[in-house]
Amino acid sequence: MNFTASKQPENCLLGPESDSQRTLYPYVTGTSVVALKYKDGILMAADMGGSYGSTLRYKSVERMKPIGKHSLLGASGEISDFQEILKYLDELILYDNMWDDGNSLGPKEVHNYLTRVMYNRRNKFNPLWNSLVLGGVKKGEKYLGTVSMIGVNFEDNHVATGFGNHLARPILRQEWHENLSFEDGVKLLEKCMRVLLYRDRSAINKLQIAKITEEGMTISPPYSLKTYWEFSAFENPTQGAVGSW
Amino acid sequence: MSSIGTGYDLSVTTFSPDGRVFQIEYASKAVDNSGTVIGIKCKDGIVMGVEKLIASKMMLPGSNRRILSVHRHSGMAVAGLAADGRQIVARAKSEATSYQSVYGEPIPVKELAERVASYVHLCTLYWWLRPFGCGVILGGYDRDGPQLYMVEPSGISYRYFGAAVGKGKQAAKTEIEKLKLSEMTCREGVIEVAKM
Repeated sequence: MNFTASKQPENCLLGPESDSQRTLYPYVTGTSVVALKYKDGILMAADMGGSYGSTLRYKSVERMKPIGKHSLLGASGEISDFQEILKYLDELILYDNMWDDGNSLGPKEVHNYLTRVMYNRRNKFNPLWNSLVLGGVKKGEKYLGTVSMIGVNFEDNHVATGFGNHLARPILRQEWHENLSFEDGVKLLEKCMRVLLYRDRSAINKLQIAKITEEGMTISPPYSLKTYWEFSAFENPTQGAVGSW
Repeated sequence: MSSIGTGYDLSVTTFSPDGRVFQIEYASKAVDNSGTVIGIKCKDGIVMGVEKLIASKMMLPGSNRRILSVHRHSGMAVAGLAADGRQIVARAKSEATSYQSVYGEPIPVKELAERVASYVHLCTLYWWLRPFGCGVILGGYDRDGPQLYMVEPSGISYRYFGAAVGKGKQAAKTEIEKLKLSEMTCREGVIEVAKM
């Protein structure tokens, strides 16, 4: 007998609730991913945290993975859904390789495939709770795009997910330009990640930066950013404040 | 050698009085009349070779592919009716990816061979299906090292260290028996197969 009787309104278009297993909320989540195009390809940065609500439970989650020869996928949101997406893409790339015809799926094709998957899941009210960043280089052409959990997709010279949209993209809009060198690109990404580290409560100070060029993909070992907490404005914060806090 | 099974060869669900199923034997004849396919098991892997019969001068080289991969670690070479072979490979691919999806590891070659053999055998059990007219040499590499299996139209599958099907299978088998396969690497194996 169903004690927790959840009543849908009479004119509801959703199917019977008892047999649905729709995603309602995420459990283990990753925070922002930031990426930009530079001279030789794409640079992407993401920290290694997996939060369980407000607890930072997992601190070595790799949220960026290579896809085939030409693409790099970074994800924020539900980590288990990201793993599921990786499984789909693994099968996709395998079938592509088995043709053995000299052709391979490039970033544009993978991005399109992901958009279809995300949008169709959303239409069934069972979304994959992720915001994805897909970047890559094929035949000299750089490509950087993003797909959200509701299927919104676009490509741009620099993209970010989650808080990155609010904190990192303004910086990128000001300071990004064509043909950034690798060092300048990394510096710019680190600047964005530092702001996110200061201001996003689900960010941790352990990040990786991934680079994808025509030659292939490399992902840096985890490292941490230098932070500065001695700003004079934050010294003695209670001075002049009425009360004990 | 060609025995006429009058009346007992009309359907794959009929046995002859001497215990043979003629339709399956006829299917094997289709394989015996096709281009030769060889497979050998070397120390560190499998080498497969296919005799490329050029059906027409206008055909582009590189089409009519008869060695196809099934998964990252295994592949199949097909002899006989090419369309039937395509179906078997598609089934093998599907079995391999579903095993990987469920168990998280690449399908062991023995398991794959069993599944392919079961599928081929399935088509010899119903009167509304015809047996596959192709023999398949399946090679793969798993935890137990390289393995080579051959699946015949009857659904039998055996493990071999050297196998051949098709027109020149007798000659090929004689050649393979002369080779010392346990000491050969794949690189050397490729040369030997090409010679055959």
